Amino acid sequence: MIFDDEPLAGENLPILPGHDSPGRFERVLRAGHFAVTAEIAPPDSSDPHEVYQRAALFDGYVDAINATDGSGANCHMSSVGMCALLTRRGYSMIMQISCRDKNRIAMQGDVLGASAMGVSNILCLTGDGVQSGDHPEAKPVFDMDCMTSLQMIGGMRDDGQFMSGRKINCPPQVFLGAAANPFAPPMDYRPLRLAKKVAAGAQFVQTQYCFDVDRLKDYMSKVRGMGLDKKVFILAGVGPLASAKSAEWIRNNVAGVHIPDEIIKRLAGAKDQRQEGVNICIDMVNQVKEIEGVSGIHIMAYRQEERIAEIVEKSKVLGDRSPWYPNR
Amino acid sequence: MKRVRYWSVKNARWLRLIYQGLENCLVVLHPIFIRVGYRRLDRGFASVEKLFKGFLFDSKSCGQCTLSETGMACPMNCPKSLRNGPCGGVRANGNCEVEPDMVCVWVTSWEGHQRIGNPVASIQVIQAPVDVRLKGSSAWLRAVRKRMGVSEA
Repeated sequence: MIFDDEPLAGENLPILPGHDSPGRFERVLRAGHFAVTAEIAPPDSSDPHEVYQRAALFDGYVDAINATDGSGANCHMSSVGMCALLTRRGYSMIMQISCRDKNRIAMQGDVLGASAMGVSNILCLTGDGVQSGDHPEAKPVFDMDCMTSLQMIGGMRDDGQFMSGRKINCPPQVFLGAAANPFAPPMDYRPLRLAKKVAAGAQFVQTQYCFDVDRLKDYMSKVRGMGLDKKVFILAGVGPLASAKSAEWIRNNVAGVHIPDEIIKRLAGAKDQRQEGVNICIDMVNQVKEIEGVSGIHIMAYRQEERIAEIVEKSKVLGDRSPWYPNR
Repeated sequence: MKRVRYWSVKNARWLRLIYQGLENCLVVLHPIFIRVGYRRLDRGFASVEKLFKGFLFDSKSCGQCTLSETGMACPMNCPKSLRNGPCGGVRANGNCEVEPDMVCVWVTSWEGHQRIGNPVASIQVIQAPVDVRLKGSSAWLRAVRKRMGVSEA
């Protein structure tokens, strides 16, 4: 997909009226296309080619790439670093900022730096607790939370000032996102929580893995009832499970992921469990894309990134559209 | 003590009423506080608060109390000190991601909120991030000054 006002790779698009960012991702959503995003796994390495190779797996299949920020509280290459490398090639990046590791001074500095490097989308996250990662002895920061960081970055963009009130010469033009988990208790509060994030400044949200379409449908009907689907683009989170055993492990050990028994049974009964995991994911995509108010999908295929092409192709979720990629 | 903390949320409705009554009493005393000087009173009030709120709510004495808006559950007991709602890591049984033996502070907060019967709008107010300079100071006196429109300087 190439826009009429397509810039050189690595340079941003002009900001259209009604848009906040010079990025492709906002353009795709506001044009009414069903968007596809995917999570890139940051390497435990300082080699840029590892980053480029991982990103190339998504070429032609995704509209934007999420650069995770120490996901699961494990240490990897930083999201700023990933974004710096990939925006140079022209990729549309969603930079994740977790409140776990940085205070407001560091976060605002990163926002300016990222924006200067061409990052047009920022996703504000609370972040996993340090206990779940490989440095449980670390000091958790949590100076801000996802709500106040949305407000803070929105203020930098719209009011052109830091939280302190000091003026910013050239405000960061970013499209602001947040995460949502429709599958965790307190279930009846979850739609309200989305409303609060929208009020704080979220323009798009990506949900936790969906393995329970009925629960997502129920959530979305409440969300539509509150008119939120008109105010925020909602991307449903999906991803392939590697096996029944790993699904069981995720259910018991990864916070906030809800996997119903039927899914685990279906995996356990399959000859090729890895392929069945992809099939389940494709089924999920096909079901969630029919839900009113869902504007796209967000694929989290940790250690199975090479399967994203298959998921996108077989679910025909992009229609005849092919997202931009470098050197196409 | 988690048990006392859970009890407080179960009894959020009348604890909230007592709290409101206390605030009204303190507001009446505002002229006296002005005469004595808020700054001189702060340490005394803060230690009383620490005792009471520490016992009832496991208060962490952040100095910027949100108990009335958060269903009488102190949000500073959340291991991520979240003041604006539950994170996405709440376990299926409603317990905390970080401390598996503790009920999520925001699960209790939402219960307390419904018990009090506060309008939904009050839990939807976005609480500002903590000002670490105020830790250990009196939140009650701060609330009185706020209601009377007196600045702290």
